Amino acid sequence: MQTFKLIVNDEQKEVSADPRTPLLWVLREDLKMTGTKYGCGIASCGACTVHLGGVPTRSCVVPISLVGNRPIMTIEAISNDPVGRVVQDAWVSEDVVQCGYCQSGQIMSAVALLKAMPKPSDNDIEDSMGGNLCRCATYVRIRQAIKTAARQLG
Amino acid sequence: MTTAMISGRSSIIRRTFLRVSSAAAGGLFVSLYLDWPASAQQTAKPQSYPPDAFVHVRPDGKIVIQVNRLEFGQGVHTALPMLLADEMDADWSQVIADLAPASDVYRDPLMGIQMVGGSGSIAHSFEQYRQLGARTRAMLVAGAAAQWKVHPGQCHTEASVVHGPNRQSAKYAELASAAAGLPIPENVPLKKESDLRLTGKKIRRLDSRSKCDGSQKYGLDLELPGMKVALVAHPPVFGAKVKSFDASSARAIPGVDDVFEIPLVRGTGIVVVANRFWAAKQARDQLHADWDAASVERADSAQLFEKYRELARTPGIVAVNRGDPNAINAIPAADRIVAEYEFPFLAHTPMEPLNTTVRFDGARAEVWAGSQFQTVDQMAVAETLGLKPEKVTFHTEMAGGGFGRRATPDSHVQREAALIAKRLRGIPVKLIWTREDDVQGGYYRPMHVHRLEVGVGADGKPAAWRHVIVGQSILAGTPFASMLKNGLDESTVEGAADTHYTVPDFHVSAHHPVINVPVLWWRSVGHSHNAFVMETLIDELATRANADPIAYRESLLAPDANKLKTCLALLEEKIASWRPRVPRGHAVGIACHECFGTGVACAVEVSIENRRPRIHRATIAVDPGFAVNPLTIESQMQGGVSFGITQLMPKGAITLKDGRVEQRNWDGYTPPYIKDAPVTMDVHIVPSGEKPSGCGEPPVPVISPAIVNALSQLTGKRYRRLPLTEI
Repeated sequence: MQTFKLIVNDEQKEVSADPRTPLLWVLREDLKMTGTKYGCGIASCGACTVHLGGVPTRSCVVPISLVGNRPIMTIEAISNDPVGRVVQDAWVSEDVVQCGYCQSGQIMSAVALLKAMPKPSDNDIEDSMGGNLCRCATYVRIRQAIKTAARQLG
Repeated sequence: MTTAMISGRSSIIRRTFLRVSSAAAGGLFVSLYLDWPASAQQTAKPQSYPPDAFVHVRPDGKIVIQVNRLEFGQGVHTALPMLLADEMDADWSQVIADLAPASDVYRDPLMGIQMVGGSGSIAHSFEQYRQLGARTRAMLVAGAAAQWKVHPGQCHTEASVVHGPNRQSAKYAELASAAAGLPIPENVPLKKESDLRLTGKKIRRLDSRSKCDGSQKYGLDLELPGMKVALVAHPPVFGAKVKSFDASSARAIPGVDDVFEIPLVRGTGIVVVANRFWAAKQARDQLHADWDAASVERADSAQLFEKYRELARTPGIVAVNRGDPNAINAIPAADRIVAEYEFPFLAHTPMEPLNTTVRFDGARAEVWAGSQFQTVDQMAVAETLGLKPEKVTFHTEMAGGGFGRRATPDSHVQREAALIAKRLRGIPVKLIWTREDDVQGGYYRPMHVHRLEVGVGADGKPAAWRHVIVGQSILAGTPFASMLKNGLDESTVEGAADTHYTVPDFHVSAHHPVINVPVLWWRSVGHSHNAFVMETLIDELATRANADPIAYRESLLAPDANKLKTCLALLEEKIASWRPRVPRGHAVGIACHECFGTGVACAVEVSIENRRPRIHRATIAVDPGFAVNPLTIESQMQGGVSFGITQLMPKGAITLKDGRVEQRNWDGYTPPYIKDAPVTMDVHIVPSGEKPSGCGEPPVPVISPAIVNALSQLTGKRYRRLPLTEI
């Protein structure tokens, strides 16, 4: 066990964990932040997506020892981000969610996309969102919500 | 679930009655009691909130409505409260929906158990929730009228307020306690359609915000003081038993509390209990387990397909026999199509991995689970722990998808969790199935082989049809086995034997091999493969007859196939603007199918990109009877259609070799991602005042045949073996 200092949603946190523990499980079990979801554990579904140093990252495959001093942003604080708030609101107004379990990850990926590309094309959306699985297959509405958010941010 | 399950027990309820009460916490509780032959007596005893209330009019103005179903995406957590709140004239902005725990009052009024399946939630609880709302309103009005000394008929209600004839007004919250003491009204009329304010309107989901900001708790997110996490090493071959294992390195991992063997529903397993998931996972990986699989059948997909193909050449248990079963023999070979179809096992893989939390203190147990089968799972936990079911408090947790996977007749996950909790006595334990456990853990949509011989008449229509379906029975060996009819599992043949197309000489039969692979209903059940067979073959016949695929289907539909006719007509109207204008290299595929009482017709525009189907657009027409929440129906159609693409994905198959499942996770069994789904999808609902039917499963069957019908136009090939590994 080792002690790690983390910056999570602009707050300093300290956890004691096996260095190989994925960031996902530190967030969920040590910091009790369960908005970030476990879906596959092999970076295949994107349900665990967080922003690590501003980059959308699959937290299920990032050992806590490799996080370093990069700030972590999770779904719990994404509404503090101006783009994040607009994306969340678009998700609600387009009634995107069904079971909702993948949507934390979808929203984290969508926020990263719109920060990098304010007017994404359908292809841009597919490329950026291409690794986020939704078993309810809400893809048509995810696409609509990203376009709605892009319009509002534009 | 199957249509058989829906129709099987509908006569069980003879009457219903209400009970009202006030509680220490204040307000009015309204419960609906169902007069069950066996359980009517026990439900009559008063219980404390919330085990049996449907509506709680709280002193703070909030109206809490219990949802007697699991919410796992389908939207009943919004739709059922809409029905109740509308009749009650409740202020929708103050409505809170809650998932009800297991209790007799929350059983499905038709099915006799508390469950979600067969797309029955709205279909079966439509009247129930409206009645509850209307009667609750009547009590509140009666309370106000008594206070004002006026006739209830002189009062009207709006947004949780009763208004009297002389400008009096009182909030529901103020009237609640007094109303609780009044007699329960009988025969309260329901609203006319024109008076509905929520029902039939596009209402956004109540659970949307919490699912967008990370605050929604699912079963896997549950946290209890002192809770442990458990993982189970399951046998690599179904039913195998632990021969030996070495727990020394597993036990040495910090955080690991215990390692022990338990019996499973099939075979035995090794449990690892730890204070964290990661510790439990590391420990399980180091068990060095040796398994005894000598006494169990080692299923092998390739060998099974061979065996199934042989079986398909012999007649099975007759499902339908109309006209002359041998008429096909008289039709010349040139006018006969012989088609063999193959469908693999499919896993549900809901986003939220399976899990159940149990705390057992010796005399009582408490369970938290996202369950589609609360009654069944509660009884299984009780049986495992040697308790009476009423000693097991069963909380329904929000679930991250399910698609049938959380409705297991043998409650195998809950039994595992209960056995672990029994050993941990007093300590709550959350059993987690990893994604690997889920993908490799069985309970799949059964694999199937279909063999058809279709004789084409001089008019280009099918004249004789002989169809043999080979696939495991889902019901056999479960408590639902009594629903088998002469050994026939109707869920194997649904959508084929009861097709709405008319064929004069029509014969469908089925074989149910017994295989050592647990199987289960997979969203739309038998329709998932039968619609593919029916809709690709009918399309092939239309092409052969040089007929328009919509007109050809219409010409074959039975006179009473009203829903499919209206769907096809609406579809044709809605695609008229784009159908003739698709670019070169694109084709339009059509399919229609009725499933659990809901008709769906689908048109897709498809091209081939990177040797895969690219779905540029889909148009859906749906007839679900009266549309309770058109927004949910639109979402269910869009999602269900794309879910259906699972079976076309190149890695959309579970296969077994020498008893072992060959896929481990979503890298090997890969469902559709955003690129695989239609780019746009417009949904059109047939206006209808008929009784509502469900929308969760009916969109699933149509999409695969529609896509494949378009591909056939582009390549000239027929596709009869899924998944679509090559185009």
